[in-house]
Amino acid sequence: MKLNGAQILVDCLKSEGVKHIFGYPGGAVLHIYDALDACTTMDHILVRHEQGAVHAADGYARTSGKCGVALVTSGPGLTNAVTGIATAFTDSIPMVVISGQVPSAVIGSDAFQEVDAVGITRSCVKHNFLVKNADDLAQTVKKAFYIATTGRPGPVLIDVTKDATIAEIDYEGYPETISMRSYQPEVQVNADQVAKAIDIIASARQPIIYSGGGSVIGNASEALTALTRRTGFPITQTLMGLGAYPATDKQSLGMLGMHGTYESNMAMHGSDCVIAIGARFDDRITGNLEKFCPDAKIIHIDIDPSSVGKVVGVDVSVIGQVNDVLRALIKGLENKELPNIDAWWQQINQWREVDSLAYKTKSGVIKPQTAVEALYEVTQGDAIVTSDVGQHQMWAAQYYPFDKPRRWINSGGLGTMGFGLPAAMGAKLAEPELDVACITGDGSIQMMLQELSTMLQFHTPVKIINLNNGYLGMVRQWQEFFYDKRYSMSYMDALPDFVKLAESYGHIGIRVEKEEDLKPALIEAFKQKDRTVFIDIITDPTENVFPMIPSGAGHHEMLLAGRDEMASTNDSGLNLV
Amino acid sequence: MRHIISVQLENESGALSRVSGLFSARGFNIESLTVATTNDPTMSRMTIVSIGDDNIIEQIIKQLNKLIDVVSVTDLTATEHIERELLLVKISLKNDSQAEVDRVLDGFDAKIIDASEEAYTIELAGKSQKINDFIEAFDADKILEVSRTGVTGVCQKI
Ligand SMILES: Cc1ncc(C[n+]2csc(CCOP(=O)(O)OP(=O)(O)O)c2C)c(N)n1
Ligand SMILES: [Mg+2]
Repeated sequence: MKLNGAQILVDCLKSEGVKHIFGYPGGAVLHIYDALDACTTMDHILVRHEQGAVHAADGYARTSGKCGVALVTSGPGLTNAVTGIATAFTDSIPMVVISGQVPSAVIGSDAFQEVDAVGITRSCVKHNFLVKNADDLAQTVKKAFYIATTGRPGPVLIDVTKDATIAEIDYEGYPETISMRSYQPEVQVNADQVAKAIDIIASARQPIIYSGGGSVIGNASEALTALTRRTGFPITQTLMGLGAYPATDKQSLGMLGMHGTYESNMAMHGSDCVIAIGARFDDRITGNLEKFCPDAKIIHIDIDPSSVGKVVGVDVSVIGQVNDVLRALIKGLENKELPNIDAWWQQINQWREVDSLAYKTKSGVIKPQTAVEALYEVTQGDAIVTSDVGQHQMWAAQYYPFDKPRRWINSGGLGTMGFGLPAAMGAKLAEPELDVACITGDGSIQMMLQELSTMLQFHTPVKIINLNNGYLGMVRQWQEFFYDKRYSMSYMDALPDFVKLAESYGHIGIRVEKEEDLKPALIEAFKQKDRTVFIDIITDPTENVFPMIPSGAGHHEMLLAGRDEMASTNDSGLNLV
Repeated sequence: MRHIISVQLENESGALSRVSGLFSARGFNIESLTVATTNDPTMSRMTIVSIGDDNIIEQIIKQLNKLIDVVSVTDLTATEHIERELLLVKISLKNDSQAEVDRVLDGFDAKIIDASEEAYTIELAGKSQKINDFIEAFDADKILEVSRTGVTGVCQKI
């Protein structure tokens, strides 16, 4: 069949089963848009900024487990997409991004809208390709999806020159299979390593399971739950891992790390056996490495060998798909008797009594924590919640316990403000039947605000919960604690009227200034099934996120709300920021 | 410790920058890096000399393995291996120094590949230490130009 490169590309995407493409046109991709126009099986979502396209594809991928797809033009289209690509890369999200490139004959001549896309994105993609020849397109697309979705997933960029989209060639169809000598993601779980892990588990007296984003991305929620129940061990989850194990279950200690619960962090510190599952010992999790889990043997389960030993030395590593490894562990434990850990649970329950998430309400102001709790109640804990970055993100993670995986969508690794709104749009397209809430802040929402327009055009009704504290709150908090309350550039005067703003975009806007209006407003908003509602909640501008491990401190050196004065940390701690 | 890491990788445009980019992005040190295609024209071999403790070298090897274009990674220094480096150096013969230069050359297995009244161009292959010794055997002002390839190597085992 004679087709041009653009038509081939579209056929490849169709053959991959792609249903949604998020993108923005421009000169270098006009042939591709022309071919898309004739395609009836894929919906193209026209965003208002390329970063929004990539975040939306990302939210779609995180929610559905499928590969997200974004399409952008050359030059500024590509550079606008980079933040989104880096965000997906840091959190290991499967994604294929297609960018246009100037014609191959003028590459290197500083042509109009030419940038070295492969060079610019090299360090924030799992892999990238430059395609200059229509003959290479089908094979490259096949490779790109294969690489993006297997092993440790990640974004793959395909940069396609304009002439490659124009050239007409004989197209033999999309390849059925692919094999690459340099990329073999399948790993057999090593039985010896599993046996060694079981030995450690079977002699643990103060064990803890520390589960991360890999348990969500690796669809290992069931196996993780089975292992946790089988062992009776306490489990703590990272910001990226929330939902893989039900947070409301009694074995769950909540989140760990900088703003994790007291019981999680104390249990990590006191543990003699840490089972790290799909987690990478991020600095926001470990606190001061010199004080990290001083008495624990560490078992590390991960798909990526380079994660092992990168930050923390471990006693046993088991490389493989998290699911496979957990199943092997469960099997290996079948006839094993585990030591009684009642004493450990007693200790943990004492730490729980500290009630580290308790906060004081104040009459006349809405506490942001109360707003998140109200959202939890109104949605019965069953919404997909996306978030932006800042204090509101931490409160969302702390006060909205997730019982299911792929319900909590946030930029944990890169911490990209602006992620929440487009991600919510992608999530709604992936799960149209579920309620989607975007918990955001007055700073973050303004970074991708323009996507409100996309959301009207493409009918993705979500509920925007703006925890409006009038500040870049997380920055303000650090300045209060560590910079002697010198609030340099963290106060945003001249905020827009978010209600009018939402209305001008064709959505519903509600402002909530009193606590008693909170729940009725949320109930009213979620009744509007097919409308996007912007709920602007005026919250206490001075509230801080607690508990907190100040940088430089260990897990056992947490500061609790209203109980500890924030001692200023040492310089080496501040260096960690 | 000094390690010689041998990498087989797809002979694709950009593969070299993936490797060098990895080293700079992660702050790994590169003493030298050589690369050329092999008898299989679709495959290149790259030899990297790096200095680091065991943890760093382990990370380097793991990170290299993670690159999609990389087919295999071997730490040559972990096994019996042969390493060689090629030196081209121009030595001045001014001020009647030819006899002295010839005497130094006798002590090494060096080859004069171009000679004029004023200078020799000399080729020497060997381990890096031998090349260093050779260069140091001359007065600094006699050395007009030095070009070294960096280390390449192979495993001794078949
Ligand atoms: C793109 C980007 N720029 C800067 C930052 C640094 N940063 C982290 S949190 C934060 C403040 C966020 O303010 P807001 O969205 O209002 O959330 P709040 O902390 O007030 O809840 C800033 C500036 C970031 N994470 N991302
Ligand atoms: Mg704010």
